[in-house]
Amino acid sequence: MSRRVALEASHAVAEAVRMADVDVIAAYPITPQTHIPERLAEMVANGELSAAYIPVESEHSAMSTCLGAAAVGARTFTATAGQGLELMHEVVYVASSMRYPVVMAVCNRALSAPLSVWGDHSDAMAVRDTGWIQVFCQNGQEAFDLTLWAFRVGEDTKVLFPVMVHLDGFTLSHVTEPVILPEQSEVDRFLPRFQYPFALNPNKPMTHGAFGPPEIYSETKLAQEVAFSNSKKVILRGWKEFGDIFGRYYHPVEEYKTENAETLLLTMGAFTETAKIVIDDRRDKGEAIGLISLRLWRPFPFEEFRRTVKGAQLLIVFDRCISFGLGGPVFSEIRSALYDEEPRPKVVGIIGGLGGRDMSEDNFDYVINRGREIAEKGSDRMVETVGIR
Amino acid sequence: MADELTWKDLEVGNIVTEAGNGSFRKTGDWRTERPILDKEKCIKCALCWIYCPDAAIKPSEEGYYESDLYYCKGCGICTSICPAGAIKMIAEEEK
Amino acid sequence: MKTKAVKFGEKLVPTKEFLAEGHSFCIGCGEALAIRLAMKALGENVIMAMATGCDEVCTTPLPYTSWRVPWMHTLFENTAAEISGIEAGLKILVKKGRMPKRDIICAAMGGDGATSDIGIQALSGAFERGHDFIYICLDNEAYMNTGIQRSSATPYGASTTTAPAGKFSMGQVTRKKNMAAIAAAHDIPYVATACPSYRFDLMKKVRKGAELKGPAYIHILSPCPTGWRYRSDLAIEIGQLAVQTGIFPLYEIEYGRYRLNADPPKLKPIEEYLKLQGRYRHLTGEQIQRIQEMVNEDYAKLKEKVAASPL
Repeated sequence: MSRRVALEASHAVAEAVRMADVDVIAAYPITPQTHIPERLAEMVANGELSAAYIPVESEHSAMSTCLGAAAVGARTFTATAGQGLELMHEVVYVASSMRYPVVMAVCNRALSAPLSVWGDHSDAMAVRDTGWIQVFCQNGQEAFDLTLWAFRVGEDTKVLFPVMVHLDGFTLSHVTEPVILPEQSEVDRFLPRFQYPFALNPNKPMTHGAFGPPEIYSETKLAQEVAFSNSKKVILRGWKEFGDIFGRYYHPVEEYKTENAETLLLTMGAFTETAKIVIDDRRDKGEAIGLISLRLWRPFPFEEFRRTVKGAQLLIVFDRCISFGLGGPVFSEIRSALYDEEPRPKVVGIIGGLGGRDMSEDNFDYVINRGREIAEKGSDRMVETVGIR
Repeated sequence: MADELTWKDLEVGNIVTEAGNGSFRKTGDWRTERPILDKEKCIKCALCWIYCPDAAIKPSEEGYYESDLYYCKGCGICTSICPAGAIKMIAEEEK
Repeated sequence: MKTKAVKFGEKLVPTKEFLAEGHSFCIGCGEALAIRLAMKALGENVIMAMATGCDEVCTTPLPYTSWRVPWMHTLFENTAAEISGIEAGLKILVKKGRMPKRDIICAAMGGDGATSDIGIQALSGAFERGHDFIYICLDNEAYMNTGIQRSSATPYGASTTTAPAGKFSMGQVTRKKNMAAIAAAHDIPYVATACPSYRFDLMKKVRKGAELKGPAYIHILSPCPTGWRYRSDLAIEIGQLAVQTGIFPLYEIEYGRYRLNADPPKLKPIEEYLKLQGRYRHLTGEQIQRIQEMVNEDYAKLKEKVAASPL
């Protein structure tokens, strides 16, 4: 019998890791993801989860340990945030290029300097190019569901890519919400045992990680890109299977009240739920406005995204990160994704919610109003922001 | 050769599944000198075999140990450690 | 019929080469020899993690590999973390019944740069957590693969490209970092120094470190003809002189207790070792004298430790 419990989102992630019967966990503390390894440590200590819990001495080693464990065929998990994700940056690339299906939860945190333990998306934006399948969660249920789904997709022999599950630091990671937990038997039906086809073993000696001279490096990158983009099929199939078993269906782009919308607001992550309240209010007042939320970030969901914005006049993109000298990173990717589309909405971008600054309903009201203003009259500001004095 | 492979030929993760497939590489082309064994002097101690960094010296018939010229880089370690002075290096051009 | 092993008195050394011929180590490379011998001691029931460096580059240019054992390389400074994951992964898979129980040696290898500089954090962590693995440092006393740059293992007075001898410089002005002592400070079961010139001593130590439970650290001096600038046939002689002059003594430490494997009644003068190598060519008589004093000091300190906590 599935049950509905109150769970902090970090603990919901830990619960998914437990139900997935993970083999190896690399653990290192950093705010605001620490509740995940703490909960996992408790589970292992109490025998609720049989796993090798490795308290590593840095995040760089955390991801490196995951690579070693995955290479011998173990189901592997770690979690990090902000500076930790940055410290393991080079290893993050390697997980993808060596095709190890590690699953990592990231409690999105702002990057130093100045030091900030609070949430924004700059850590996630810094790893856009690393070749990990990446999804953004809006709530505790998604934190559980998408972590479970991540193992199913990453470990699929037609994929074999690592998966990052993003949760807004504090705003989502530390929030207690109702979460429906499935039966273990349902999870076992959804998630088969990890069978890594290239496990290091003396029975069949293989070499992982040969270096790439110029005669061959380019070919390895093309092969990686083709395989990565093709993983979309399994991503969608994984969500379909998830829905069939657990009753909740996820899609790369979530559409909220987008029917006949003239204006669309685009958000990612936890603030989507706040923005939805503003959309509700405006719809009640008769405004033709809707919201789209990118759940799948990588591989970028070009097809689904272009379809959802058809017919809209204006798309306002809300970024939780500044890419210095460029503007909002999501904003610039969205514009690029729509460049060849005819017709396409006008796209404007506004940045806010940095370093733990909250986004209230009033803030989203401002975003929509200011977005329309910019669309009409243009802007002479270097960068458009909300809630910054 | 590497530059004949296309992106489709690569294994997942660029894993090399054939152990030791690099052994076709002819490092014997590197040398400027090669070792010559005097079997009269050789005491079959196998020091040359164990000290060759390239594993280019192989047990041969009758218990001798001789250089595999396909691999031998001509470093001369065998010559320098032979206790019986049974190996000497000659220029590669010499026959 | 192919010979399976070669006899050296009572000892049998298998002929199987786990490091395949045709690798691209330099002509006369002492490190290649060290690895070749270590592989014979490790055998085929091993999973190896290797750091970026000569060892990795000379053996695995895609799509080829010289390794006839399961082998993995990711980055430069994380080999100890990688082997931790391998070791823990194997253990848990056996515990959960996913893999049959089998004695597989977890072996990590890295150069001096990878071990005493950039990788020291990961190594310390792996020691502290007590993983069952053997870590072998192939010490050629500089970042050789990238072209002879100084590392913390470069000895005092040696010239490298980033601490070169010059009008106002004598080369390396710092003393070689004592990695064996650092490893021993973690209170691990076994630490040993070795040199390929002493082939059986090296193989015995590798075998011992691999077989015991818990972390083992083997520090192998790897003479480098390219970086140390000596004639390609001299690796064995130079290794012998390193030991006989006392600049690289052979010893073992088990849980902080010392055993000196070779203690010649009189150490050879350090000059005999230095004069064979171009990296010391610039040294004045005074500087060589200073080096002799330092060698004497370090050797005396080692003997004190041996006397204070003998095995």
